[in-house]
Amino acid sequence: MVLEGMELIAITVVIGLFFVVFKQFGAWEPLTLDESSDCELELSTVRHQPEGLEQLQVQTQFTKKELQSLYRGFKNECPSGLVDEETFKNIYSQFFPQGDATTYAHFLFNAFDMDRNGSIRFEDFVIGLSVLLRGSETEKLRWAFNLYDINKDGYITKEEMLAIMTSIYDMMGRYTSPSVRDVDPSEHVDKFFQKMDRNRDGVVTIDEFIETCQKDENIMASMQLFENVI
Amino acid sequence: MAAGVATWMPFARAAAVGWLPLAQKTMPKPPVDKKSRSDEILFVNVSGLRFQTWKNTLDRYPDTLLGSSEKEFFYNEETQEYFFDRDPEMFRHILNFFRTGKLHYPRHECIQAFEEELAFYGIIPEIIGDCCMEEYRDRKKENQERLAEDTEAENAGDAPLPPDATLRERLWRAFENPHTSTMALVFYYVTGFFIAVSVIANVVETVPCRPIKGSIKDLPCGEKFSVAFSCLDTACVLIFSFEYLMRLYAAPSRCDFARSVMSVIDVVAILPFYIGLVMPENEEVSGAFVTLRVFRVFRIFKFSRHSQGLRILGCTLQACASELGFLLFSLTMAVIIFATVMFYAEKGTKGTTFSSIPASFWYTIVTMTTLGYGDMVPDSIAGKIFGSICSLSGVLVIALPVPVIVSNFARIYHQNQRADKMRAQQKVRQARIRMAKKGATNAFLQHKEDGGLQDGDGDSTPFCVKNRSAFEHQHHHLLHCLEKTTNHEFTDEVTYSEVCVTDSVGFRTSRSTSLSSQQGATTTCCSRRAKRRAFRLANSTVSVSRGSVQELDTLHVTKTPAGTQYPQSRSSLNARTEDLKLNCDDYTAAIISIPTPPANTPDESLPNSPAIPGILRNSRSSTFNTQDTVKISSL
Repeated sequence: MVLEGMELIAITVVIGLFFVVFKQFGAWEPLTLDESSDCELELSTVRHQPEGLEQLQVQTQFTKKELQSLYRGFKNECPSGLVDEETFKNIYSQFFPQGDATTYAHFLFNAFDMDRNGSIRFEDFVIGLSVLLRGSETEKLRWAFNLYDINKDGYITKEEMLAIMTSIYDMMGRYTSPSVRDVDPSEHVDKFFQKMDRNRDGVVTIDEFIETCQKDENIMASMQLFENVI
Repeated sequence: MAAGVATWMPFARAAAVGWLPLAQKTMPKPPVDKKSRSDEILFVNVSGLRFQTWKNTLDRYPDTLLGSSEKEFFYNEETQEYFFDRDPEMFRHILNFFRTGKLHYPRHECIQAFEEELAFYGIIPEIIGDCCMEEYRDRKKENQERLAEDTEAENAGDAPLPPDATLRERLWRAFENPHTSTMALVFYYVTGFFIAVSVIANVVETVPCRPIKGSIKDLPCGEKFSVAFSCLDTACVLIFSFEYLMRLYAAPSRCDFARSVMSVIDVVAILPFYIGLVMPENEEVSGAFVTLRVFRVFRIFKFSRHSQGLRILGCTLQACASELGFLLFSLTMAVIIFATVMFYAEKGTKGTTFSSIPASFWYTIVTMTTLGYGDMVPDSIAGKIFGSICSLSGVLVIALPVPVIVSNFARIYHQNQRADKMRAQQKVRQARIRMAKKGATNAFLQHKEDGGLQDGDGDSTPFCVKNRSAFEHQHHHLLHCLEKTTNHEFTDEVTYSEVCVTDSVGFRTSRSTSLSSQQGATTTCCSRRAKRRAFRLANSTVSVSRGSVQELDTLHVTKTPAGTQYPQSRSSLNARTEDLKLNCDDYTAAIISIPTPPANTPDESLPNSPAIPGILRNSRSSTFNTQDTVKISSL
């Protein structure tokens, strides 16, 4: 029997339909097993429990009531007990609607996330807050230095400072008066380095930083500003 | 700001320490928070159900009632809690919103009740979470449709026409709502009858009748009785034209009417006749004329004025226009594909009926709609295979849009049902409102009659006063104040119309029970010039003696309406003096105080009282109660 063109196509179509029907009957189960192995169970997200109340009281300067109140707010926002970077960026961006706060939030996240595991636990949160609100001036300055030092190597380079400064200026957004020029961040960085970099080696060490800040009255006075936040 | 941001505010402020070493200017002072910062548990009592929550939870949303200082208005000092007299079940959802930041819509609740609660607590409904948003929107749309129908039904014009409607308006009314008047109804049925007659005539005239003597061939009845049929046709067309012209005249907006669907149908129905009149008896043209007669069948669409179901069907088709379009499009696609395939499959067969692709269209359509006439049948194996696939897919393609069309029809049909129900309910509601209003007015008039309008003697309350609530007391006092302000009195419809009808010396009989009143009519009744003062004398005695105040008054006492009943004894209880001191600063007529006979003989009519100078009296009727026109002429 000589199969002509159309008949060939017809028979191909029929065979195709044949396969489809057989699949419905489950005749191909053994062949498809290895493909279906990737449909694992979706494990629920990990839940993190914080350390006990007493331990946290020891580690921080907060009272029990304050810790309770903080934890209630934290747990309400993040039931899983962990804050990942995306959520953190979202939350922080809401305070600065005019500009783009994501870059600075990234730096901030790294400053809070002390064990660098990509998420902030309640302990990190509370310890950071304790330093910022109840810590001594040296501790606060140390925290700030840690923030500026992006790669945590103990030195603030001009590039790191520029990145921080640019991200801060980004938070201002476009509509400012006077408007932010492109050179503003770098000028600010230069001013900063002029003040802080004692030995003019192009980096700022922690001692230089703390020493310079302690000599500056304005900075010292403003350290008291945020004590009554909680 | 979104939910929960308030929680993170302290954190964001603390993180600002990072800017301090970089600051170019000095930092501003922070705001001083005078309130106590410690968190406390608040008690919220909603109709007895006690809720407790942290203060911080409520403070998360400062622009709501619970989050702002507005809740202090509801604070109860004794029980140290906030008391709200609202639905406790709904409050649960409100409070959950504060706790979780997401507002959920409870499905079993009425949507308007829910919205009212939200409005009370100052929460905008737009922040309903995504999970419940769809349900909420559907219900809201349904509710709005229902309300829109309500207002539409109100404006539908079932209300009676104002009496000064022009002929045009009346005519239009008769056309649109045939049940308003008998003439309209008659007209409605007559036109319906003639539509039916016309359609049937069109049908019957093509039926073969027995041939006239001498010929063998069957004639269609139209040719046998051509005179009769043309007379019938002419009559119908005349009636339709007349109707159309009347509608056109009566329509409030002729342009809109001319563009509406129904008028287009009307025109199309009668046009062929007129065109036929105009056209000459040409051979070529009469062929076209014959096709025009086809349009006569559109007269059947005129029935849609008479049938609601047809209108619903029309609405449905309109609403489902997109689905129908989709159906058409997909069918066309499938037809073209399968026709091509079948053509090439059957090309090799000898003597095949599939002579071209357009010829195969017919086969494809017949197969896809599962008609299967059998006039074109594939022979080759490929053709048969593709033909069977064609018929299977045809069923699917047609079945897909059908449920959408059906559900649209159901929805529109239910809407119509609902409109009827709404109209009936509205009628009941209006009747109830009218009754309530009348009841309130009657209660006040009754109260006046019972002597409730005494000024000043609070201790001698009449015994006949029914038990009235404090509300009623206050309401009646209010109405009394209004009367005093305007120096007119409230009466009811009956009395007013009666009084207006009679003239100055008119008299009428009244019921024997309403003895305490003197009836009369004044000439000034309907004239608006002089202020008409109607005083209701609660009792037959009119003791006005008030020193030397000479007051002239038109004592016009209203007649009690026939409907209200007063027990006989009541008049005897009204034996009190009534103080008729009046403020009549703005009165044109001076008022004479009328010294009354000291004996309170309630059942005696006034005619026996001594003649008072200046008082005109009417001739009494022979019946027990006379009305005396105590009309006192001005000094």
